[in-house]
Amino acid sequence: MSFLRRHTNLLSLFAVLYLLFLYVPVLLLPLFSFNDNIYVTLPLKGFTLKWYESLAGNSALLNALWASVKVGIGVSIISTVLGLMAARAMTRYRFPGRRSIYALILLPLVIPYMVIGVSTLVILRRLLDVELSLLTVGASHVLITVPLSMLVLMARMEGFDRSLEEASRDLGDTAWRSFRRVTLPLVMPGIVSSFLLCFITSFDEYLLAFFLAGSDSTLPIFIFSTLRFPNKIPDVLALGSLILMISIVLVVLAEWLRRRGISGSDSSVL
Amino acid sequence: MASSDNAMITLSAVTKRFGAFTAVDAATFDIAAGEFFSLLGPSGCGKTTLLRMIGGFEQQTSGEILIDGEAMGTRPPNHRPTNMVFQSYAIFPHLDVAENIAYGLANRPVDKATVARKVDAALEMVRLSGLGKRRANQLSGGQRQRVALARAIVCEPKVLLLDEPLGALDKKLREEMQIELRQLQKSLGITFIFVTHDQEEALSLSDRIAVMARGKVLQIDSATALYERPNCREVAGFIGNMNFFEGRVVAVEGDQAVMEIGPDIRVRVPLTGQSVTAGGNAILAVRPEKIDAVVDRPAPSRNAIRATTRASSYLGDRSLILADWHQEAAPVSVSLQNRHAAAESPLAGGAAREIWLTWPVEAGVLLSD
Ligand SMILES: Nc1ncnc2c1ncn2[C@@H]1O[C@H](COP(=O)(O)OP(=O)(O)OP(=O)(O)O)[C@@H](O)[C@H]1O
Ligand SMILES: [Mg+2]
Repeated sequence: MSFLRRHTNLLSLFAVLYLLFLYVPVLLLPLFSFNDNIYVTLPLKGFTLKWYESLAGNSALLNALWASVKVGIGVSIISTVLGLMAARAMTRYRFPGRRSIYALILLPLVIPYMVIGVSTLVILRRLLDVELSLLTVGASHVLITVPLSMLVLMARMEGFDRSLEEASRDLGDTAWRSFRRVTLPLVMPGIVSSFLLCFITSFDEYLLAFFLAGSDSTLPIFIFSTLRFPNKIPDVLALGSLILMISIVLVVLAEWLRRRGISGSDSSVL
Repeated sequence: MASSDNAMITLSAVTKRFGAFTAVDAATFDIAAGEFFSLLGPSGCGKTTLLRMIGGFEQQTSGEILIDGEAMGTRPPNHRPTNMVFQSYAIFPHLDVAENIAYGLANRPVDKATVARKVDAALEMVRLSGLGKRRANQLSGGQRQRVALARAIVCEPKVLLLDEPLGALDKKLREEMQIELRQLQKSLGITFIFVTHDQEEALSLSDRIAVMARGKVLQIDSATALYERPNCREVAGFIGNMNFFEGRVVAVEGDQAVMEIGPDIRVRVPLTGQSVTAGGNAILAVRPEKIDAVVDRPAPSRNAIRATTRASSYLGDRSLILADWHQEAAPVSVSLQNRHAAAESPLAGGAAREIWLTWPVEAGVLLSD
């Protein structure tokens, strides 16, 4: 008994340390973004909002942010649509070459981004002579996020009874109407997850963007390039804090939507 | 009962193969309009596959299905005059009960008021009035079953397909639902095709039953005909309990055959259309409850064999006796009604005794080998 208790104490200590290790750096970000000091050091000097003001005037940074948002939204829409089609094919149909196609779609998950970046660069520039831009970044992000989307959506589609779709056909729906009235609403939580996952993956992807952005710049590229100038860092802290806040709101929103979905649906569907 | 002029469904040589495996083998029969028709058979015999082909969820490999005179060919489910009650019920989890029931009506040119009226009527018919706003996960098994039924019936199908709809319910609820189903079918006059592997359920509900095994339809008949005049050993063994005596036909005398089932043991069997010739092998089938166990030698007009009781078990309303009659043959089981107090029975005590097993000639069924 006492042995167990001693270990429980050790375990809680470990858990606390672990959580601190994970989150203290993240929480320091907003802390320093309000600190009246151009250098990120302790002790704190005083409260200020001036970094947020200077952020508002930093058009290069805001352009990079906007570029990343655009790419992220485009990528998550395209990848989720492709992922949805792939997941449906994988879960609902048997066809020749199914396993190989599945493996091929998943392959980008295990190829180092460096390899994807270099080879895509060679193909685009040397063979196809395509101008590098946000479009080429987006294309490479689609490549790496389609497998994520497919996996998330497959998990969702495998989770619900196939006879639901058959029942809707039986009750007079065409294949397309059945997809719209039954499959889509049931897969919706998966679509939301896929969308968020693809967006986040694209939004903070650095390596591929670095290879393929050409003269354009995404947020990660811009941030890396400003790290050399200490006087620009507080702007980045302010931006990071804002993004952190938006992420938290998004995650809470998504979870709330998911729970609403549960309370209104059969528990077996999960 | 079914004849081709009032047939609602006609199957001609309907076959389904999955690769080299034949799940349904040349099913050929009619189902009459308004009939309660059951498909009965052990697990994996192809009942669901046959039902799904009628509903349009599987495409037959060959053969043709006619519903109300129209060939179905490759028509998808939404273009067939059938509706299905799925084994899992398939209640849409994102919709409430009323929306579930109204689902099929959305595909028809009916106005909102009519939909609401039909949904209310359907809810009332399956005794779920007032539960229209519930979700599937707030319903009991029996209630879900009723929603699935109502959802199919509001579409006014010509044929309702039911795949083991009562399989998931407990025994008591099952019996209640059986009665309700039967009443519903009678009052609506819709043709029901009902899949089950529960023989009692099939016997008590159906006008006619098709007994299937290994993809083949073995016999189609009413409950009494299946029980009293099975056409093969498999049907005889699948429905109820049966004693089988293997032997040889030694003579055909009018509408009776004389069979030798053991050395110098001869019995008579009625012929009901079987083609038999003297000298051929045959099987005699007799139900346990048609056999009597007596101490004194019975009248020669009845069939009788000498046997020794091996075991007996008392089941309250009846007793089951296992008796050896021939070294190489399986023991015969006999079911006796306990009309008298147990102590008065000639078999009281349980010790092995020499007895006569006897049954009237009409109780036997001759099966080809
Ligand atoms: N899609 C399929 N691919 C391959 N074989 C199948 C397929 N569907 C059914 N089968 C096979 O066909 C046979 C008949 O299946 P079916 O589902 O019709 O049986 P059933 O009589 O309904 O059995 P149960 O009482 O267990 O539901 C089974 O052996 C099954 O394995
Ligand atoms: Mg089945």
